[in-house]
Amino acid sequence: MDISTKNDAVPPPVSPPSEAEQKRAARGATRPGDRIFLGLSRGSGIFLLVIMAAIAAFLTYRSVLAISKDESNFVTTLEWNPTAAEPSFGIAVLVYGTVISSIIAMVIAVPIAVGIALFITHYAPRKLGGPLSYVIDLLAAVPSIVYGLWGALVLAPQLIGLFGWLDDYFGWTGILDWQGGAPRSLFTVGILLAIMILPIITSVSREVFRQAPLMHQEAALALGATRWEVIRMSVLPFGRSGVISASMLGLGRALGETMAVATVLSPSFEINASLLDPGGGTFAQNIASKFSEASEMGRDALIASGLVLFVITLLVNGGARMIIARRAEYSGANA
Amino acid sequence: MKLQRKNRLRALSLGAVAVSGALALTACGSDDTGGGSGSDGGTTAASSSIKCDDAKGQLLANGSSAQKNAIDAWVKQFVTACKDVQINYKSEGSGAGVTAFTQGQVAFAGSDSALKPEEVTASKEVCSGGQGIDLPMVGGPIAVGYNVPGVEGLVLDAETLAKIFDSKITKWNDAAIKKLNPDAELPDLKIQAFHRSDESGTTDNFTKYLIAAAPDQWKYEGGKAWQAKGGQSASGSSGVAQQVKQTSGAISYMELSYAKDGIAAAKLDTGASEPVEATVENATTAIADAKVVGTGKDLALELNRATKADGAYPITLVTYEIVCDKGNKADTLAATKAFLTYIASEDGQKILAENDYAPIPEEIIAKVRTTVASLS
Amino acid sequence: MSQTVNDRRPSSLQGATLPKWSPYAIAGGSIALGLGISAAAGLDSKIQWGLMAAVFFVAASYGIAAKVEGRRQAKDRVATSLVWVAFLLAVIPLVSLIWETVERGVKVVDVYFLTHSMGLVTDTEPGGGIYHAILGTLEQVGIATVISVPIGILTAIYLVEYGRGRLAQAVTFFVDVMTGIPSIVAGLFILSFWIIILDMGYSGFAGAMALTILMLPVIVRSTEEMLKLVPNELREASLALGVPKWRTIMKVVLPTSVGGITTGVMLAVARITGETAPVLLLVWGSTFINTDPFDGPQASLPMYIYQQYANSGGSGAAYDRAWAAALTLIAFVMILNLAARGIARWKAPKTGR
Repeated sequence: MDISTKNDAVPPPVSPPSEAEQKRAARGATRPGDRIFLGLSRGSGIFLLVIMAAIAAFLTYRSVLAISKDESNFVTTLEWNPTAAEPSFGIAVLVYGTVISSIIAMVIAVPIAVGIALFITHYAPRKLGGPLSYVIDLLAAVPSIVYGLWGALVLAPQLIGLFGWLDDYFGWTGILDWQGGAPRSLFTVGILLAIMILPIITSVSREVFRQAPLMHQEAALALGATRWEVIRMSVLPFGRSGVISASMLGLGRALGETMAVATVLSPSFEINASLLDPGGGTFAQNIASKFSEASEMGRDALIASGLVLFVITLLVNGGARMIIARRAEYSGANA
Repeated sequence: MKLQRKNRLRALSLGAVAVSGALALTACGSDDTGGGSGSDGGTTAASSSIKCDDAKGQLLANGSSAQKNAIDAWVKQFVTACKDVQINYKSEGSGAGVTAFTQGQVAFAGSDSALKPEEVTASKEVCSGGQGIDLPMVGGPIAVGYNVPGVEGLVLDAETLAKIFDSKITKWNDAAIKKLNPDAELPDLKIQAFHRSDESGTTDNFTKYLIAAAPDQWKYEGGKAWQAKGGQSASGSSGVAQQVKQTSGAISYMELSYAKDGIAAAKLDTGASEPVEATVENATTAIADAKVVGTGKDLALELNRATKADGAYPITLVTYEIVCDKGNKADTLAATKAFLTYIASEDGQKILAENDYAPIPEEIIAKVRTTVASLS
Repeated sequence: MSQTVNDRRPSSLQGATLPKWSPYAIAGGSIALGLGISAAAGLDSKIQWGLMAAVFFVAASYGIAAKVEGRRQAKDRVATSLVWVAFLLAVIPLVSLIWETVERGVKVVDVYFLTHSMGLVTDTEPGGGIYHAILGTLEQVGIATVISVPIGILTAIYLVEYGRGRLAQAVTFFVDVMTGIPSIVAGLFILSFWIIILDMGYSGFAGAMALTILMLPVIVRSTEEMLKLVPNELREASLALGVPKWRTIMKVVLPTSVGGITTGVMLAVARITGETAPVLLLVWGSTFINTDPFDGPQASLPMYIYQQYANSGGSGAAYDRAWAAALTLIAFVMILNLAARGIARWKAPKTGR
């Protein structure tokens, strides 16, 4: 399983430095230059910690302020009314909306992104592949407010037909039942988010597929495998964890997306059984919609919901990092 | 090594190009947008009533997006006359405006609703020796905009409106609508009622009307956030207007200036001799009927929403400027006073109608002028 | 490369194959079928006939290939078709996005638009420009970059080259936490801390600080990944020659990974350039040119887009300006991105791949 082709170019060191030597080097405190440099870089790390601690303290403080005044259960309540005489607000609707729209986005985006990545690395003519990956990467940088405008003006009207069709054939399931409103539901948001995270997932997966060991592929080809069999047997197993971590990155963006969701969704504080009917909401969208008119108390409540989003995103990122770490061991890259 | 040095040189020159480019960019920009490029630039005569006195500096204000276009028009006149003043009005929303005001971040705030008691208390901290007061400056009709093909001059009343927005009437050819529009050809079309998804003074005023005029049909308590279940929503007046334009069978409420290009405004059957149109004049008539409920220098108004007077359009919004009666910041006081004096003046109020806003009736605005003159 | 292998295979060993043009024919046929059915059934959505055509294409590829070439080849054909379909499905919305923006944007974009501020033009009037917003965005993003690049790179160096203990773990953890901060929360934090507690006033710099918070973790993470890719042998060779560790890092490790780091930085810059929420809270916004980011309200491009759109009602001069500014912003971000990729390619060590 030696895939680190880069390392092949460098002749192996005659005698690898011993454990003790490495430790001394790592401490690096022997020379003044080293000491200064270590101090600088450690200082930066500490600076980062301080900022984070300050933000965390700020968030927690204001969240606790809000939640302690909440007259109803913060987790299960289905309304958002922090400014009433008896403040009552809960995140159930937001959790549902955020999770559902992100799941839809992932279900659509991951297979397509893998497809595009494979297309670029293994199917497209080489002349097409390069420019294509440029274009895909550029699209990762389109500001979300522009996606929002496009989603509301161009995408949503196009979905009317699709929604009608889904309702005709799958309406009996309940979850794809459509009352015929404007197509601005969690499903629409899911599709838009899928389009937004496609470039991210694609570009990371593409890099992973490109690293797939050439030897394996050539060996498989030599045995008479078709191109699909080569991909299924040597490229996909190699790239699986990479694709998962790419998807997690995409999921992270989908969870926190604000402006695009706020422009496209027709939000309301209720949980709809049907994915096609307007309603629901996401954390980030709710913060953006409610923030400007909110009083101090309202802002605190929104910050509390932000803290929850924060924790969810953290879990997703943590998961991605664990998988990436496992992959690093697997591929034999430097620790 | 040589190669690297060359690269560094190239990087340096790249940087130099970037910096000089940025400098060049700075040099060629211009604030001079030709003043009268707008079609309604003919109101320059109004500037005669602007007295700059010793007003100068930067005025920050934040608040209601409903009065944004009015403030824009005023600022244009005022700043043209008083070159030393810059006014930045951010239309983030009434809530944000009041919050910024009670935190002492702005010279004045714009708000769709009068200060609440706890906000007045909070304002005492920033207004040394005084408190925040509401000065009504701009009125405006909230139009009930609809998009139903082939239907013009739709008439609705409070009960029907309440039922529509509470999802109790779901078709355009419902008997209740037919009764109000005997001559119209109402299609068998589903009603798509849109409300604001963000918190807004427009929602507040619209639901206040429903509560006052159709208490049996509208059982919600009202407020800036929409409370009824069902219906669809969009963010901001702009988002709502766009949805109504795009969706056949849609209806929503929005400031009058948004009800154009394919959105028609419904007339209201208030019980007056004939249905009232959403116009600037009718809104002014409704405001004239309002009582001042503020105490002391505060001039908060309460509209008579259930009015049956002829030509009074009851879904009307009054927006306030909020300042300290005493203890405004010294460095911005002169400019604030000069600006408020101008907008409360006859010339200032005259501009409003051109921008789909309703001026404040003479009796009330006179009190505003006295109050502005006494600000310190 | 598999293409060449297939082509060179002697034909005598090969079973029956479909002619080379067959995928195109099947594609053409399925698009026609999709269109035909849509026309017949009176469906007017492009998405619908597109999806139908895609399904027909995949099914037809499998059916025909299974008949002529056998099941394994048929599966290969299906995989190929699926990959193509995925690609086309993705390209359509993305192209549409760019197309719509360009089409709506070019109406207004010209030299005047780029070199003038809004000045005294009210939102309802035509005219005005985005110069003040471009300048504001450049300054805010520039300051954020200047602050976060050194700190971010040094932190990454610490994590990769030095960090082993508790501190490194804590930093890694909190970098992850930082990537999860909703941008509006970062804005709120600076608002409470800088503007309300310290009473420093609204300025471009306040916005830049919030952008720094958003930018730092991205830079740390991407730099970290790039530094990890530097082969240990290079470090060891340098250390073995007696080069101090800090010089090894500066002269060997960083130059080797400079391409990747630049890309990471540029992507981070591109990302924060489009941030709306924190900027909206902190720089206040202005219609005039303000060249001083440390004093007084400034404008910014994403904020300009948002405000013009929010004040437009979906048509009119403000709406056109919003799209034109969006076009400018996309062009700006794309140029940055292209520059990043150019630098990455130019600086990257030649690995022979």
